[in-house]
Amino acid sequence: MIVDRRPLTFWERLYLPAIIGGLKVTLKHAYSTLIQRKVVTMEYPEQKWTLPENYRGAPYLVKDQEGSTKCVSCQLCEFVCPPKAIRITPPGANGQKADRGNAEKMPKEFEINMLRCIYCGFCQEVCPEEAIFLLKDYSITSASREELVYNKEKLLALGGEHGGIQKWKHKLEEAKAQENFPVKV
Amino acid sequence: MNWNFIIFSLVKLAVIVGVVQGLVAYSVLAERKISAWIQDRVGPNRTAPPFMKYVPVIGPFLTRLGMFQPLADGLKFLLKEDFTPAGVRKIYFWLAPALAVIPAMLTVAVIPFGSNLGAQKMVMADLNVGILYTFGIVSLGVYGIVLAGYAANSKYPFLGGIRSSAQMISYELSMGMSVIPVLMIVGNLNLSAIIGWQSTHGWLVFFSPLSFFIFLVASFAETNRLPFDLPEAETELVGGYHTEYSSMKFALFFLAEYSNMVSSAAMMVTLFFGGWTLPFWGLDQPATSLLLGVAHILVFMVKMLAFMVLFIWVRWMFPRFRYDQLMDLGWRRFLPLALFNILVTAIWMWLTAK
Repeated sequence: MIVDRRPLTFWERLYLPAIIGGLKVTLKHAYSTLIQRKVVTMEYPEQKWTLPENYRGAPYLVKDQEGSTKCVSCQLCEFVCPPKAIRITPPGANGQKADRGNAEKMPKEFEINMLRCIYCGFCQEVCPEEAIFLLKDYSITSASREELVYNKEKLLALGGEHGGIQKWKHKLEEAKAQENFPVKV
Repeated sequence: MNWNFIIFSLVKLAVIVGVVQGLVAYSVLAERKISAWIQDRVGPNRTAPPFMKYVPVIGPFLTRLGMFQPLADGLKFLLKEDFTPAGVRKIYFWLAPALAVIPAMLTVAVIPFGSNLGAQKMVMADLNVGILYTFGIVSLGVYGIVLAGYAANSKYPFLGGIRSSAQMISYELSMGMSVIPVLMIVGNLNLSAIIGWQSTHGWLVFFSPLSFFIFLVASFAETNRLPFDLPEAETELVGGYHTEYSSMKFALFFLAEYSNMVSSAAMMVTLFFGGWTLPFWGLDQPATSLLLGVAHILVFMVKMLAFMVLFIWVRWMFPRFRYDQLMDLGWRRFLPLALFNILVTAIWMWLTAK
């Protein structure tokens, strides 16, 4: 492609119009920031960004409506985790039983290393019990590396309760949706 | 031995160095603040000593303006590790920052920054060859940069040093040529005499606007400021001649750059904008009272700060010139223009002479 470049006129070759135009643009911006107080930046700790609905922050464990652990220690998330940030210690043969009715067991220890986590959300996707969710926490800070390995208590406390998420009801809805999936014309 | 002279000179020296250093520190702040405003940002607005939060109204206001940022910056530079890379040529590596700073500080010596306070003239050295002295010293500033580039023993600083030497030498010519009409009109090289001439005849910028324009552009090039900041073009040369420097040695290059800005702003004010004089309110004669003397110093400072703001403003507006464009502009545009200007001034003076 040939770009048609017309030669600059004498006035343009003086650079002066361009210089004055540039000064005007910068002055306009300085005026809008200084006098009209229009800034594009956000002053972080005081002002915070409103996160979108589907934001993927730090993964935490959640409890059900009765406040019991949803995780059944199936270790699928540990298996799927790409950076191997999750480590689950299962209860063992004679270990602690689950604290809810329709589950056999719950993890003895559940650790997520927040330094390794890449917020991919695979754990949430793979979890059959809807027990782990990527919530909206994004500023995870600490004075040491050890503190950033979150254990089960901490994860459960941070995750809080997720009432309203009822796995079997969802499964039923999904099954029904799949039955009508190839939409008949 | 005239003890009076020595004591007053030392006091003046201390004050000038202090003021220039302060100006340098705060022009870095101004640079950051103005760039922020131009780019729709807020700029430094946090740093404050811990007791500032107990000061009502003024404390938060000054913090918001970033008034304590230069202190933090300076402290940071002092406390950083002064690292000497293994491959550098040690003597030159240590010599270069000093060679950059000393000429930058020396140029301020001849500039009359006020008329007089009491019996003391407000100029360090009232030389008869003020302008020549300035040009001589300014051209020494190149050595610091070239030596820094050479000492680093690494390709990017070397390129930066080479560029800078070529650039400064070429623009120094047009700068020197641009001042000649001023000298022809005034007929004196003494800066105080130039100011005196301007107080009776009017500012020289109206007599020789072309000179002023060339001087302005050349001083942008001399101080390595943005449209011509080829020596430290970050995108091409990492950091330019000071890539290998750290801590206070790096800070010295910064200091030199900003001191150069201060002194060239002062030079422009002195040569073209009447120095410490104002054509009204009776401020155009040497001060008779202490108050008037202070007023003259303030007038000078205000004019100079206006030029500093211009320097900073221009920096955040222009893209960088390409190297061949820079040389083309220097040698093929400004040098002939400056020569033409001399010729025109000479003819004009010849025609108007009685």
